[in-house]
Amino acid sequence: METVAGLLPIIAALPFLGALLPGLMIQAGRNTCAAFTALPTILALIFLLICAPSVMRGEVLTFGIEWLPSLGLNVNFMLDGLGLLFAGMILGIGLLIILYARFYLSREDPMGQFYTYLLLFQGAMVGIVLSDNILLLLVFWELTSLSSFLLIGYWKHLPEGRQGARMALTVTGMGGLAMIAGMLILGNIAGSYDLSVILTQKDAIQASPMYLPALILILLGCFTKSAQFPFHFWLPHAMAAPTPVSAYLHSATMVKAGLFLMARMWPVLAGTPEWFWIVASTGLITMVMAAKIALFKDDLKALLAFSTVSHLGLITMLLGLGTKAAAVVAVFHIINHATFKAALFMTAGIVDHEAHTRDIKRLGGLRHLMPITFTIATVAALSMAGIPPLNGFLSKEMMLEEVAHTQWIGPHWLMGAVATLGALFSVAYSFRYIAHVFLGPKRSDYPAKPHDPGFGMWAAPALLVVLVVLIGLLPMTMVGDLVRVTAAAVTGSDPYVKIYHWHGLVPAFWMSVIAVLGGALLLALHGPLMRMWNAAPRPDAKAMFDAVTQAATRGATALTDGLHNGALMRNAAVFSVAVLAAGWLAWQGGGLQPPTREMIPITPVPAMAWLLLVVATGLLVVYHRARFTALVLIGVVGLMVSLGFVYFSAPDLAMTQISVEVVTIILLLLALNFLPRETPVESTPGRRARDTVIALAGGVAVAGLTYAILVRDFAQESISAFHLANSYKGGGGTNVVNVILVDFRGYDTYGEIIVLGIAALVIFALTDAVLRGPGGRWLANWDRPELPEAGDRHPLMMVVATRVMMPIALMVGAYIFLRGHNEPGGGFIAGLVVAIAFLMQYMASGFAWAEARQRVTYHATIGIGVLIATVTGIGAWLAGRPFLTSDYGYLHFPPIEEFEWATAMAFDVGVFLTVLGAVMLALQSLSSMARRAGETVNVEPMDIDPTRDAEEGR
Amino acid sequence: MELLMASAIGVMTAAGLYLVLRLRTFPVILGLALLTYAVNYFLFATGRLVVNAPPVLRDGVETYTDPLPQALVLTAIVISFGMTAVVVMMALGAYLTARDDDVTLPPEDSTEREGGA
Repeated sequence: METVAGLLPIIAALPFLGALLPGLMIQAGRNTCAAFTALPTILALIFLLICAPSVMRGEVLTFGIEWLPSLGLNVNFMLDGLGLLFAGMILGIGLLIILYARFYLSREDPMGQFYTYLLLFQGAMVGIVLSDNILLLLVFWELTSLSSFLLIGYWKHLPEGRQGARMALTVTGMGGLAMIAGMLILGNIAGSYDLSVILTQKDAIQASPMYLPALILILLGCFTKSAQFPFHFWLPHAMAAPTPVSAYLHSATMVKAGLFLMARMWPVLAGTPEWFWIVASTGLITMVMAAKIALFKDDLKALLAFSTVSHLGLITMLLGLGTKAAAVVAVFHIINHATFKAALFMTAGIVDHEAHTRDIKRLGGLRHLMPITFTIATVAALSMAGIPPLNGFLSKEMMLEEVAHTQWIGPHWLMGAVATLGALFSVAYSFRYIAHVFLGPKRSDYPAKPHDPGFGMWAAPALLVVLVVLIGLLPMTMVGDLVRVTAAAVTGSDPYVKIYHWHGLVPAFWMSVIAVLGGALLLALHGPLMRMWNAAPRPDAKAMFDAVTQAATRGATALTDGLHNGALMRNAAVFSVAVLAAGWLAWQGGGLQPPTREMIPITPVPAMAWLLLVVATGLLVVYHRARFTALVLIGVVGLMVSLGFVYFSAPDLAMTQISVEVVTIILLLLALNFLPRETPVESTPGRRARDTVIALAGGVAVAGLTYAILVRDFAQESISAFHLANSYKGGGGTNVVNVILVDFRGYDTYGEIIVLGIAALVIFALTDAVLRGPGGRWLANWDRPELPEAGDRHPLMMVVATRVMMPIALMVGAYIFLRGHNEPGGGFIAGLVVAIAFLMQYMASGFAWAEARQRVTYHATIGIGVLIATVTGIGAWLAGRPFLTSDYGYLHFPPIEEFEWATAMAFDVGVFLTVLGAVMLALQSLSSMARRAGETVNVEPMDIDPTRDAEEGR
Repeated sequence: MELLMASAIGVMTAAGLYLVLRLRTFPVILGLALLTYAVNYFLFATGRLVVNAPPVLRDGVETYTDPLPQALVLTAIVISFGMTAVVVMMALGAYLTARDDDVTLPPEDSTEREGGA
């Protein structure tokens, strides 16, 4: 028992795993590909059959794995009668479709893709019917929408295919969204997202005031998926898909997902007046309306599509009646419809494949040319018409019997009459499928010469038709138990199932007779009726759908363009105002507690620094058009910011800020070399006034917020105390900031150095692209503006000074790095310091000269840095700890004092190398632009070299 | 001192916002740099201002500053350098390729969505 239930996740996973195979196996030929697609399906089917005996005994198999228990989302699977029936249909008919598609698809069609999509779809469907958790069910539900989109649009070159796929996705996707909301409400009422719990909560759910909203939202999902009125219009357009897809999705599986869900939720949702009125009425209307439209469709697949909509309506109506007997009939008709409709779709595909047309007006007389196809199609169509003794007759008779005893609106016989009308249309279009395609005189103008296809293509429909006949003749033997077990799962009790052919002269018998005779009469009058139909105005669903989507697109475009028209200025202004407005709203919603912190008194030195910062910032705004001046001023601001960090007890930040400042200014200086020196006055005074208002509002808001925070203590206990307490004990370092970086929050730092490395590589790639494009050509012919330049490009004093400073700077870098764990410093700062040491050489002797003396490329430095950090992190795995867990210890070398080692140090080496490489790569990229602009490359390190001149002079 | 800190952040934010709303790349970059200072200062200030209490453990010292915002701001400074560098390169690339340092997308480039089928 336990072991059998363990098969459930495997059954659900097999199609997904199998979806990898076709794409690979297509290399080995189409037969191998099809075989390897069938393999996972067959395996899943075998596993399902292993589970079947316990389910048929009335057990419910369950299997659960916790996934996100905090959200109530668990991978819980359940198999009962309903799940068994649907899983069996999905896998069984899926297998037949795989066989059929092998012969249907032509050589030009990418078969591997097709089978991959098909298996993805199959997996999603099996997932729906096996899910015990409704959130998991929703995941699979959305997956069916996505995979069916791929399948419907499989023939990408056909516009109808693309449009049909889009329409199906839009409609079913929107329904899916509604259903998510409905399911969440339902789970909320029931207190669990597990079906096994929800199904026991009928009274609580139906008494809840949220019952009706939940019902409507869930039904929206079901109705859109099962193409119920008024959402039926997508299904005929989805017929642009290859026929195997139509036969699979639109007869047996996807459109039945909605029915499945209604059946699944039947025990808790059904039985109320709301359920009856919404579901039964929708089903009845859909059934009659779609059957009528089907009669007037000339496209074989459109005819079948509307007949499918009609039959889905029939089943929906039966579920809507809310009685157990009706639920039994619904289950029985689900089985019957799957058998005859899949067979009919396949025969339509065969006709299309062989005669090269699906237009009924161009067909007829195929009886003699395609005898096998004719036989299969006739049996299936007669079953659809409800002719005894086929299986369609049995369920239709039972349906009419149920309806005849149901009181709907108006007189008590009205529902029976309307249902009879639907059945009448159904008979008419079924007969038409036989009469206008296969009967009649042989024609001479078929687009291709029709003949029966090979065995491979008709085997699948033939097998289904054999089932149609067998179920029709021996219903209780064939499916009696299955219907009973399934209906038991739907109704939540053991129903009485008795299927027989002769009910006596009950109302259903007379309704059937009227339907068959009336249907035959309608077909006889088809010609004149068709002319009337064509003359009458009809709403065109596609035009309406297109109008709605276009209006939505226009609305979205107008909104986007209004907020975001390609001007950064507009975009930034909208963003700033929106943030300010959000902040204002939040401010309105709350109040302020009185200040709790004592302020630090203002002393003269910080006040002067503050003044410098504020004045420099103000001047920067005033003089921002003179770009060099602005650069000097922003340097002042950066310096003051660094000093602020020093004053407010943040030595690490001060060191980082000052070194970043140096590098940034150099970078901006290099860039300014190529950019215009002045910013022109372009914006109108009005614009500037508007920007000033936005900027001032933002500044005041941020200042106020900061002040409000600064004079109050933490509302809740901060987690910093933990870091202070554990820094030395757990991380082995006394500099808590560094320990946080390389240990507590090592994962963050790891991500950050990767981002930094990527940024540097982006800069490199951008430069490369610019230099290869028109920008590079322009640079090569660039007339440098006449500006005063320094006399020496590589002055003697500077070169000598930087050479002397190089080892000292490197030593400082190494010192800062090594002490980082216990004193201010660490990999980030050391990386920046060493980068500055290198930069000095570059500035003194030129990039080209320095680069020629460099052995390791900066790309490699970045890569090695990230790699070292990764390896350090993985090292923790070897010790059986989570990624990046650190360790430390002490070593004693007798003459020197105690020496601490920590794995965090290796991680810090990675940080150091990445920062160094990233900074240098960015600057190197900029310098390569300068070289393209024709800057000469010097051979000697400096312009005037006394030793060289002395030698030459000798 | 809190007042100085808050007003400094406010001034830098206002100046940064004003410059970000300009029409040429260079002032926008300067504005972003100012906003970076302001944001980093703000994050740092959420640890509250403390004088003469570094985040380095010492025997006999009882009060420490809040180390967590410092660690986060440290990486933020380095990352924002990376981002500034990328933006500078983009501005430079755009200028060299199109000989124009306007940040507004030309209208003919912003209407490409009409062609979708």
